[in-house]
Amino acid sequence: MIIIDIEKKLKAYSGQQWLKVKHDFTAGSITKIYGPSGAGKTTLLKIIAGLVEPEKGAITVNGTYWLNTDKGLSLSPQKRLVGFVFQNYALFPNMTVQQHLEYATDDTQWIQKLLSIGKLETFANSKPEYLSGGQQQRLAILRALAIKPKVLLMDEPFSALDPKMKATLIAELKLLFKELKATVLIVSHNPQELDGWCDGELEINGEK
Amino acid sequence: MELSPIWLTLKLAAITTVLLLLIGLPLAWWLSKGRSIFKIIIEAIITMPLVLPPSVLGFYLLIAFSPQHGIGKWLLQAFNIQFVFSFQGLVLASVIYSMPFMIGPIKSALQQLPQSLAQASYTLGKTERQTFIHVLLPNIKPSLLTAIVLTFAHTLGEFGVVLMIGGNIPNVTRVASIAVYDSVENMDYAVANVYSLILFSITFIMVIGVFIFNKAHAKSPLE
Repeated sequence: MIIIDIEKKLKAYSGQQWLKVKHDFTAGSITKIYGPSGAGKTTLLKIIAGLVEPEKGAITVNGTYWLNTDKGLSLSPQKRLVGFVFQNYALFPNMTVQQHLEYATDDTQWIQKLLSIGKLETFANSKPEYLSGGQQQRLAILRALAIKPKVLLMDEPFSALDPKMKATLIAELKLLFKELKATVLIVSHNPQELDGWCDGELEINGEK
Repeated sequence: MELSPIWLTLKLAAITTVLLLLIGLPLAWWLSKGRSIFKIIIEAIITMPLVLPPSVLGFYLLIAFSPQHGIGKWLLQAFNIQFVFSFQGLVLASVIYSMPFMIGPIKSALQQLPQSLAQASYTLGKTERQTFIHVLLPNIKPSLLTAIVLTFAHTLGEFGVVLMIGGNIPNVTRVASIAVYDSVENMDYAVANVYSLILFSITFIMVIGVFIFNKAHAKSPLE
C-alpha cells in the first residue's frame, strides 16, 4: 500500500499553482493518472521517486516512511529504488541496449527475458541513436523493470508505440507486473488509452 | 640551438594537464550542480586568469611564494619547497593560469546534459559517483577532449606568468616562449623562428585533431 499526502508549489505562467494529492494506492494495483497539461502529473511521479521534494507532506510505502516533511525525513532515490519510465526516455547515449540493462542488473536471465518481452533481442548491441522512437520507449520500460521494482512509475510510457505493438507489450507487461507484485502508476494524457487495463484512476488538477 | 626549452615546455604542459584533469573533473562537476553564491565566487576566482593580465597573476604569485616572507618562507622552512624560480613554481602557476580552460568546457558540457540522465541512474540505485563515471562523463567526451587540448596548448604558450615566477633559468624555467623572446632580444631571429615554428606546429596539429574528433560527434541543426 502506498499512502500519499503531499503539497507542492508548481511553476506556472499565471499566478501560483499547487499540486495537492491525497490518495492511497493498493499494493499490486495499476492506477492511471490523468489530468490537464501542467497540472503536475510528472511532478507527482518524481516526488514519489525522490527526485523532487514537495513543500509539505508524507509518503508511506508498505508501512515505511519514504517522506515526512514534518520530521525532515526523505529517503534518497537510491533507497526508494522505484522503476521510473521517463517521458523523454532518458536513455544513456553511451550505452547499448544490453549495457542499459546490465547497468541496472547482473541477472543475465532476467535481461534475456526483458529483451524478449520488448522485442529488442536483435538490437542488443545498438545504441539509442540507432533505435526508432518506439524501440527507445520500450528500452526505457525494460530498463525500469530491470531492477525488479516494487513500485513502478511510468510517464506516458506508450505514446510512441503503434497500436499492435502496444497491445502485445501491455499484455506481457501485465503478467510481469503480477510476477513482480509491483504497484504501478501510469501517467497518460489519453484517458481511453489504458481502458480495461487499470484497477483505478486518479485525476490531477492543478489548484490555484 | 638547444632543444631543452621545447622539452621543458612539453613536460610542463603534460604535468599541468594531468594535474588539472584530476582537480578539474570533480571541481567542474561540483560547480555544475546548483548555483549558490559561494559557487559563483569560486567560479569567478577560477575564471580570473582569463581576464587578468598574466603579469598581474605572476606578480601576485611571486609575492605570495617569495621565500623571504609569508607562505613562501613557511613552505621553504617546513618542507624545503621553493616555488619561486623553480620548475614546481612553473607548474603551480600553470595550474592556476590554465584552470579556466579545463573547468569551463567540462562544466558547461555537464550542465547541458538533460537532468533526467542522472535522475534515471539514481532510480536504478546508482550513487552520484557511479552516475558521474558511467553516465555523465562518457557523454561529454568531445568537451573533455577539448578541455584537455586547450589546457595543454594554453600551457605551451604561457609567457607572462612563467616569466614572473620562474625567470629565465636554462634547463629549469626557460620554456620555449621565453626562449623565443630571449632569441629575439639577442637578434637571433633564426633560432626564434625554429622555436616558434615548433610551438606553432604542435598546437596546430592538436587543435586540428580535436576538430576532426569532434566533427564526428557534431550535428548540424540543418541536417
